[in-house]
This record gives sequence, structure tokens and C-alpha cells, in this order.
Amino acid sequence: MNDTADSLYAAREPIFPRRVYGKFRNLKWAILVVTLGVYYLTPWIRWDRGPNLPDQAVLVDLAGRRFYFFWIEIWPHEFYFVAGLLIMAGLGLFLFTSALGRVWCGYTCPQTVWTDLFILVERWIEGDRNARIKLHRAAWSLRKARLRLTKWTVWALIGLATGGAWVFYFADAPTLARDLVTLQAAPVAYGTIAVLTATTFIFGGFMREQVCIYMCPWPRIQGAMMDNDTLTVGYRDWRGEPRGKKSDPNAADCVDCNACVAVCPMGIDIRNGQQMECITCALCIDACDDVMGKLGRERGLIDYLAPSDAPREQAGEKPRPNWQHVLRPRTVLYTAIWTLIGAAMIYALFIRPEIELTVAPIRNPTYVTLADGSVRNTYELRLRNKHGTERMFGVHASGDIMWVLALEGSPYHAVPVPADETLRLRVYVTAPRASGSATASETPLRFWVEDLANGERASKDTVFNGTGAGS
Amino acid sequence: MDKPRVDELTGRETMGHEFDGIEELNTPMPRWWLWTFYATIIWGIGYTIAYPAWPMISGATAGLLGYSTRAEVAAQIDAHEAANAGLTGALLTQDMAAFDPQTDLHRYAVARGGAVFRAQCSQCHGAGAAGATGYPNLLDNDWLWGGTLEQIAYSIRHGIRNETDNDAHWTEMPAFGEILEPEEIAAIAEFIPTLPVSGGEGSGATLFADNCASCHGEDGTGDREQGAPNLADAIWLYGGDYDSLVETITYSRFGVMPAWGQRLSEADVRAVAAYVHGLGGGE
Repeated sequence: MNDTADSLYAAREPIFPRRVYGKFRNLKWAILVVTLGVYYLTPWIRWDRGPNLPDQAVLVDLAGRRFYFFWIEIWPHEFYFVAGLLIMAGLGLFLFTSALGRVWCGYTCPQTVWTDLFILVERWIEGDRNARIKLHRAAWSLRKARLRLTKWTVWALIGLATGGAWVFYFADAPTLARDLVTLQAAPVAYGTIAVLTATTFIFGGFMREQVCIYMCPWPRIQGAMMDNDTLTVGYRDWRGEPRGKKSDPNAADCVDCNACVAVCPMGIDIRNGQQMECITCALCIDACDDVMGKLGRERGLIDYLAPSDAPREQAGEKPRPNWQHVLRPRTVLYTAIWTLIGAAMIYALFIRPEIELTVAPIRNPTYVTLADGSVRNTYELRLRNKHGTERMFGVHASGDIMWVLALEGSPYHAVPVPADETLRLRVYVTAPRASGSATASETPLRFWVEDLANGERASKDTVFNGTGAGS
Repeated sequence: MDKPRVDELTGRETMGHEFDGIEELNTPMPRWWLWTFYATIIWGIGYTIAYPAWPMISGATAGLLGYSTRAEVAAQIDAHEAANAGLTGALLTQDMAAFDPQTDLHRYAVARGGAVFRAQCSQCHGAGAAGATGYPNLLDNDWLWGGTLEQIAYSIRHGIRNETDNDAHWTEMPAFGEILEPEEIAAIAEFIPTLPVSGGEGSGATLFADNCASCHGEDGTGDREQGAPNLADAIWLYGGDYDSLVETITYSRFGVMPAWGQRLSEADVRAVAAYVHGLGGGE
């Protein structure tokens, strides 16, 4: 670091995390397999929705403006479901961060998961920490070039699979896969894959912790979510200090073996206390527990702990149980809001009608006087048929028994609405000359649509404008 | 600059300056950040070379890629027209009397006609086609020259009382102020609201039968062959009150419309006709 005084910019110092075994490492492997599995495989799940609709379980159909999620189909005007999910995701992040620190960062963040995968590949090809450091320092040779090239190739293939999986969410996966291979897919598909391949390759292979430290806003925001009761990865310095060899009688539990530093993917020393760089991946806990186990000392020198317990533990008392740390007004409040929004969305999802109606009265002009003196209003109706089959919709208007209803281009009071579509329909309502609603300035009007197949109905209120002469 | 000092508490170097006892730790930016910054500058320079950017005395540098938003719009319009070529062809050959409102062709014609209407017709007839005094309301079911698709298309194509098209609808009502006495005009104006009655009593009825019925009909229901308005319905282009009627009879009225066949393509004329016909009053 001595040369940094001359330069305002520091080069990245490469980090070579050592392999580690333990319960948190196993948990992280499991999460890696599950999250990557979900990501790569979801587009290939099929879901039968009938003949007119796509059979992909999860599909964002941008051109058709539909979002399919198994049995749920979201139309653009129902985008509040997506907004609600995003709010729930945000609140969930708040909840977990206030309870368990940066668990999102340490376990499930794509940056962490892919970096883990990339480091795994790196270790398979180049060896563990010491071998990698040696290779890094060695001059370029045929062997180094071969190892590097192999590693980069595998990384690029993972990146390609990542970008490739992404585009399958936006089109029928088997069709798109065939088109991609035969070079017949849309340019935007290749462009998206290229960009995501490049970002995965660079972020997972070379940027790694730099993304967390310099690019991600969450490490900076998390300070507002955490307090002294947050369980987070920490070092029991009162147990560990002063450090020294096992044989040193003055030394405490920490033998300064540096295992916690060697395994850290962020390249920090957790014994320096909580740091912005720490993503709480808990690998140092595994590393230290391993050493403590071998030395026959109590595990948990590095552990999940709440800062508020430190004085109690230093005084020799037992720490408060975890549930007392987790259960506090803040987490209860986050959970309550999260549950409330979730419940409201589920409720909204289940009362969602299969047919819908919106009415836009045409107010330029507000009314038209016809040759016989009758007064006509025009409305533009949008009839939504969310069924997978064409339905016959009956249209009625109630409010004044004298009204005569006419549908554009149809002699009947019913129109066929194609499957999974919105039909725009002009509807004319005419009040006879000198009738009450013809001369009033406004008369309430309610439009009804009825699915003639099953009697399901929807209605919308609007007004009928008259000449105002009689009011 | 003072020699950098190592801060005891953090073990980090300071920047070597101090203000009122406050020192700054040296927290260098990552070097890749600098490279990214330079890359954006290079990208920016490349962008101004590739795309229109630098303002000149007239216009701007065109850019090596020759991109222009106007050209892009023009290309998109061409692409749409090419895609609609089949519909446009059908629109030109379709017998308008047999226009089926449930077809794609009709929807295309109405959409195209609506665009033309808003650009060319709305100045007089209003954006909602409700017209104004002297400019017919196209939403109602009263038509001066006929309300079938073909009749509407004819009126649009050739216009009304213009000097440019020999086939334009052309009739003119005489200014009866030069023919009748004011009392006679007043009598007619008082009689007109009682229409339709044929062969009524009184001087108004007699004067109407003698002077007006030849065009407007004995019962005042008008004559579309001559564009003579129906005086027996509820629709008045220039107002149906006594004063307006006196003014109309005294000085006469006649509206003028350009021959749009000379300004629009035949496809556009047919499309506007379909749009107007579909506004609610078409016959």
C-alpha cells in the first residue's frame, strides 16, 4: 500500500480463497445448486393452458403483453401484482437484513452465487489457494497459458449458459433454442446473450468483490437496516485476543492461523470487526470451527453473534437466545407489512374476474342530437375475455328504461370476444326526444357485460349526457 | 505536501493534509474505475463520430453511420405501407356498398381514415367530428348530400361548391332578401318550425309553398339531390331559431368544401369515407 500515496487509484489485489469445509459451506453449495437450477431450468417447464395460449410455465411475453406464471396470467393493467411482488421483495430484504445481516449478499445474491461457481471452476483447473498464488506469480509459460485458457473457456461457457437461459424467459424456450442454434433467432436475443455472457464472465471472473464494494448500493444501505441485535458474522475478540501459538501460555484462543483470511472471498480479516466489505458468507466460521475442532478448543470463535451480546459474554454470562434477537419490533413490523401485502395480493388474485369491462365515454362532443330530436351518447367499451376460448358477451345499459342501445357494426346486443383478447367496441345509447335523460344534463348509466356461456357479469358506472334543457 | 502519516486507530495512511485537526484517510479509487471512466470518454468521442453530433452553422455533422431519425421514421412508414399494401389494394377495389364492418379491411380503413380525418378534416368539422355552426356535424344521422358510404365518398372526393372540381356538388340558395319583402320572410320564418305539414293555411305556408318547396319539398324534408337541407328535423346547421332563420332566408347560406380527391389519394378518400360513415350516422 506504500505506493498508493503517489497515485489516487489502487489496483485490485487478487484474492485466492482457499477451499473450506463445514456446515455453512454445505448450505451455500445447496443454495447454489437450487438457485442455479431454478434459474436454468424454469423456462423449460411446460404448463398446459389450452390451444390458444403458450404452454411455457413461466413466460414474459413482451410482444403479446402478457406475463404467464403457471396458473396465473397477468395482463398489463394488472401490473400492480408485479409492483406488489417487488415491494414484498424489498421488505423481505429489509426483514432478513435486520434479523440476520447480509444473508442475501452472502448466500443468494447472483453475484455471490456465480462468483462461487467461478471460484469452484478456478480451483478445479488451477488448484487450491497456494497453487493459484504460485501460478499467479509465475511468469507466462505454456502450462500457465493452457490453464488460464481452459479456465476462461469454462467461464465463458457458464456465461453463455447464463445469458442463454435469460432469453428463454421471454420466448418459447424449445423454439428459441432451435432458432438460436440455426441462427434464425431475433438479433435482440443474440445481443442479450452476448451482453449477459460478457457481464457474467467479467463480474464472476475478474470483478468479484469489486462489484460488492464499489458497484452495489446495498452494502451502503444495509447500515440503516442493521442494529445491535442483528445476528451477523463476528469475531469473539474477548476470547481470541491476544493471539499466539498453541504452545504460547499467554495466548488466548486465536492461534493466528489465518484460515479465516485465506478462505474469505472478499479478502478481509473478520477479526478487525464488522466491515463494509463483509458479505457475511460465513465461510470464515467454517474455517475457524475446523481449526478450533482440531485444537480441541470450543468452536464459535468466529460465529453469528449479535453485537449487543458482547458485553454479556465478556462478563461471562450466557448470550441471549437467538429468538430474542430476531423477535423485535422492527422485524415484527417488516413481517406484518410483508404478510399484509402478500395476503392482499393473494386476495386480489382470487377475486380477479375472468371477464372485465372498462368504459370510456366519448366526450367530444358530449352528446349528439339526431334528426328526430333524440339525444345520443357514444361510449367506447373494452371487453376483456380472459378465457382460453371465444366467448359471446351480452352488453346492456341500465339507468333509463327509454334508452335504446346499439352496438357498432352489429344488429344484436351481443358480440363475440376472441380468446384472451380485449375487444374495443363502440356503443350508442339514444334517449328519445324530450325524454327525461335527453333533457337532463346528466343521468347515471351502468353498463353490464355478461358472459352468455356462464352468466358471469361485470359492470361499470358512467353517465349519460343530455342537452341540459330540462334541468 | 506533508509526508503521509499512518493513522494509529485504523492503521491506514492519511492523505497528508489536515484542517483544524481533521485528517483524511487515503481511500484510493479502484484503478478499473479510472479505466472505465477513460473508456466512457473514448466511447463518447466514438459516438460523436459515428452519429450526428457536432453542431455546424447549418445542421450538424452527419456521423459516419449516416443515421437519422427522419430516415428511420420514413423507413418505418415505408415498411408499414408495404405491409399494408394488400389492404390498400383491396380498399381501392372493394365495392363500397358491400363494405363489411367485421373485416380487417374495414378496421384498416377506419383506422387509416381516422388519421387522415384528424389531419385534414378536423379543422372545420372538429376533432370529434361534431362540426360547428355552418360546418356539418358528421356524427348525426342527417346528411345534406346523402349518408351512404358511396355518397360520403363522393362528397369528400369532389367537395361542395368549389371552383376546382367540375363534379363538385353545386346548388345555391337564392338570397330571398332581394326577392321577398321582410314581412314575407318573417312569415316564412314563423312557418318553418311547424314543419312537416303540407298544404297548411296562412301566408307563411303559401309563401313557403311558392318559394321554398321547389327545393326543400312541400313538407320541408329537403332534397338530397340538391343538397337542400331537411327543415322538418331537429338539426340546424345555422340555427333553427327565428332570428337565424330570418338571416338565412334573407341572405341565403351555402357552405364550401374542397375537392379532397385532388389532395388525397383515392385510398385515403375511401378510408375517410369509411371513418365518417362509421361515426354513428352512416346509412
